[in-house]
Amino acid sequence: MHHNGVEDEEKWLAAGITGLQQNAFYMHRALDSSNLKDALKYSAQMLSELRTSRLSPQKYYELYMRAFDELRKLEIFFKEETKRGCSIVELYELVQHAGNILPRLYLLCTVGSVYIKSKEAPAKDILKDLVEMCRGIQHPLRGLFLRSYLSQVSRDKLPDLGSEYEGDAETVSDAVEFVLQNFTEMNKLWVRMQHQGPAREKEKREKERSELRDLVGKNLHVLSQIEGVDLDMYRETVLTRVLEQVVNCKDEIAQCYLMDCIIQVFPDEYHLQTLETLLGAFPQLQPSVDIKTVLSRLMDRLSNYAASSAEVLPEFFQVEAFAKLSNAIGKVIEAQDDMPVIGVVTLYSSLLTFTLQVHPDRLDFVDQILGACVTKLSGKGKLEDSKSRKQVVALLSAPLQKYNDIDIALKLSNYPHVMEYLDNGTKKEMASVIIQSIMKNKTLISNSEKVEALFELIKGLIKDLEGNLQSELDEEDFHEEQNSVARLIQMLHNDDPEEMLKIICTVKKHILAGGPKRLPFTVPPLIFNALKLIRRLQNRDENVAEEDTAATPKKIFQILNQIIEALSSVPVPEVAMRLYLQCAEAADDSDLEPVAYEFFTQAYLLYEEEISDSKAQVTAIHLIIGTLQRMHVFGVENRDTLTHKATGYSAKLLKKPDQCRAVYACSHLFWVDDQDSIKDGERVLLCLKRALRIANAAQQMANATRGSGGSVALFIEILNKYLYFFEKGVTQITVASVQSLIELITNEMQGENATPDPTADAFFASTLRFIQFQKDKGGAVGEKYEAIKV
Amino acid sequence: MNYILGAFKPACHISITFSDGKSRKQVPLKKENGQTVMVPLFQSQENISGKISIEPVSGKKVEHNGIKVELLGQIVRELDVPGEIYERKTYPFEFSTVEMPYETYNGVNVRLRYILKVTISRGYAGSIVEYQDFVVRNYGPPPSINNSIKMEVGIEDCLHIEFEYNKSKYHLKDVIIGKIYFLLVRIKIKNMDLEIRRRESTGSGANTHVETETLAKFELMDGAPVRGESIPIRLFLSPYELTPTYRNINNKFSVKYYLNLVLVDEEDRRYFKQQEITMFRLGETS
Repeated sequence: MHHNGVEDEEKWLAAGITGLQQNAFYMHRALDSSNLKDALKYSAQMLSELRTSRLSPQKYYELYMRAFDELRKLEIFFKEETKRGCSIVELYELVQHAGNILPRLYLLCTVGSVYIKSKEAPAKDILKDLVEMCRGIQHPLRGLFLRSYLSQVSRDKLPDLGSEYEGDAETVSDAVEFVLQNFTEMNKLWVRMQHQGPAREKEKREKERSELRDLVGKNLHVLSQIEGVDLDMYRETVLTRVLEQVVNCKDEIAQCYLMDCIIQVFPDEYHLQTLETLLGAFPQLQPSVDIKTVLSRLMDRLSNYAASSAEVLPEFFQVEAFAKLSNAIGKVIEAQDDMPVIGVVTLYSSLLTFTLQVHPDRLDFVDQILGACVTKLSGKGKLEDSKSRKQVVALLSAPLQKYNDIDIALKLSNYPHVMEYLDNGTKKEMASVIIQSIMKNKTLISNSEKVEALFELIKGLIKDLEGNLQSELDEEDFHEEQNSVARLIQMLHNDDPEEMLKIICTVKKHILAGGPKRLPFTVPPLIFNALKLIRRLQNRDENVAEEDTAATPKKIFQILNQIIEALSSVPVPEVAMRLYLQCAEAADDSDLEPVAYEFFTQAYLLYEEEISDSKAQVTAIHLIIGTLQRMHVFGVENRDTLTHKATGYSAKLLKKPDQCRAVYACSHLFWVDDQDSIKDGERVLLCLKRALRIANAAQQMANATRGSGGSVALFIEILNKYLYFFEKGVTQITVASVQSLIELITNEMQGENATPDPTADAFFASTLRFIQFQKDKGGAVGEKYEAIKV
Repeated sequence: MNYILGAFKPACHISITFSDGKSRKQVPLKKENGQTVMVPLFQSQENISGKISIEPVSGKKVEHNGIKVELLGQIVRELDVPGEIYERKTYPFEFSTVEMPYETYNGVNVRLRYILKVTISRGYAGSIVEYQDFVVRNYGPPPSINNSIKMEVGIEDCLHIEFEYNKSKYHLKDVIIGKIYFLLVRIKIKNMDLEIRRRESTGSGANTHVETETLAKFELMDGAPVRGESIPIRLFLSPYELTPTYRNINNKFSVKYYLNLVLVDEEDRRYFKQQEITMFRLGETS
């Protein structure tokens, strides 16, 4: 219509303000000289500026506020006039002589305010007259502002309970009636705006309308402030009438805003006591109304109310709030067939929050809500939009946060069904939430059914889901996720070994399905958890362990073997080998020689076939030696085989120093303190000598390749081994052999080709210091060392 | 006439005073020259009495063939037989219980005046005349029957309204209370006014001349109502210069009043319905 709308509007506003100010100036002059006639004339002219149709609500408001300020001065003048003897009744008539209706009604409201204050007539009569007369303004914008003015000037003059205007014959209902009527009329005007003007300006119009909504809503606020509105009056008059207007206006914007307004301005206990009426209105609203938001806010409010004090909870039970809300939601969803999923989920989410707050003991309610949600989601496929997914996560997280106990969620039969509707990413997110909850609350997941259910819930993390694109996954995130799963596995526990075994089997079933990428994360914790169980069994009474169906270590070891085997598919031979060794050690403790042997065999196979990296080999061989050294279950034959192999591996390491170190480490395999059968001094010496040879060879190699002597560190290390076995009483280790080794080292260090090596120097010095120290100790040890010359 | 008076200075000064001149109510009367003067107010069957003083301009005598006072057009009283006046002479006069059924009226094409005329008849010099206007207003009791006006009007499929005025007869300081119900609105109404129109008809038969004036234009509604709205009417009549309704006064003229309800749409088309109301003058005390 106006191509230059904004500019023009500024112009019109400026013109309006100018006109208003001019007339206000003359009005002031009339007020100063107590000239009533002129005061009325110029104030009416001033108010005529408000007759404009050219301004948007915002600009009109600007103009209105200026007029409002001027009217305050006029009101004071009127008051003074009545003190000077002018009859208020006459004044009330006089202002009605104005020919234009808008100025006339503004003046009437202004005088009316003075009239009420004068108490020459009952407030209710004047208010009724004013609110009736305002019907003359049918123009929405002008009408809304006029009535807003009326509301403003009358606020402190309502014949409320305890108000000075209460009067004898007047009751609160007059005050309520007045506000209700003004509200109704304002809402009608507001709604009418929607239907005026061309269709293409709909958007602009809706924006303008929303700018005006608080003028309408203010009335509800006023109603809520009336002292005398008790529950009965609220129920019978206020709510009924307001809802009637809201429903009948059939306007989306108004319904949405006003329902929310009702919920926000009136007290919680009123809502609770009138829940049925309030909820009854929802299905009657326009289908396009965003009921879910409004209803959610109601439930949120009630939830907060319930949370505010335990004393209010009986009120909730008494009115059967849950049933009513649940029922209402069902009806709304039914009525609004095309309600988007997000709406449905939001509603149920709010109801859930409410339930958790009000009926924390009613898990059946929670499950019922989830069930209803599932029913609604079924047939809709996975949730596509991120908002609804978020809402589902919120829905599912709520019980966890409330109870701090995943156990509760596991009892909810519909919980996993709801999760089904999430996409893979969100499922994972939810799974993380669940795990975090468990971690935070140290929840004990104590039986296999629960574990089964739990793993079903978090399967997003446990296995690759269909259609999951691996490339999408950030490596770091993946590690994070799997680490959390690992922590979860560690936490599973049941004191009853039977049940614990079941748990282990359940976990095993799930993680083995998890694919090669996850196994390195999930297998170790399960193995260790199982080993914990085995240790417990070892400590138990033998009799119990022998029951038929009982969880026996043997049985568990079989399972463990299978689990570790699964790692070969990854492959992560180092990890698998370590686990085999761990198991072997546990089997050793359980006195299960064949089992231990089997584990060792597996470890050796891995070493031979899979571990080819030199560094890895070094680490592996030391692990093997270390583990094997501690084993006591093996018979001579088995032990020999294993020891032989280990020594063989050691001598085949690539780098000489590695060889040397592995070989001297092997010496320990032949001398174990607490095993009398393993005290073979010959072979200890053999190992050490072999190590010396290799050290020599390393030295020569260094000379040959670099033209300088290598480190003497290896010799010093071997010296230490000599000293160890010497002290242990291995007769093959003689004082002479120690002595000659010391000399060898001293020579090497002083030799021509020696490279200065402070670390080696220090190492040697402290070794010598140790010898001296042992000598000084005296007694048996001192005597032993006495022979060694330093 | 003024210039003649200016050319020939009057031989004497005539003054007319009413017996209760000081206490009698005075009302404004608009004269032909547009000036408003205050004149005494009478009603029918009152005694109109007072004194007429004739004071010759100093040192002159006024010779005359008789002096009379008339209530114009009706009654003549001889005040003096022919003679001469040398000095101030005062004549009392009285018209008892004069029938003055018609009120003073100042219309567009017709005026109804009450005048006291004093004539000093002289021979060749011409008569000396003095006029004194006064106003007559007659009060009646409130009408025994005073029905409301209620009417449904409309344009088919376009606009249907029902309006109601609380009375059909209003006194001059009355308030018109009423309501307009909108039964059907298919046009975009901009505003609605209530007008008070006065229809003055003079002459009779083919020579009838009608003059209509809008005395009041009172906005009742701003904006477009929807079906079901009812708009209140409250119009105070006191600010307007109204007279009672006059019907066929002396077979000369009639003055009638109408309420005209006017609806204006956004294209400035006017829709109206005119309805006669009877105006009457209510006794001051009641």
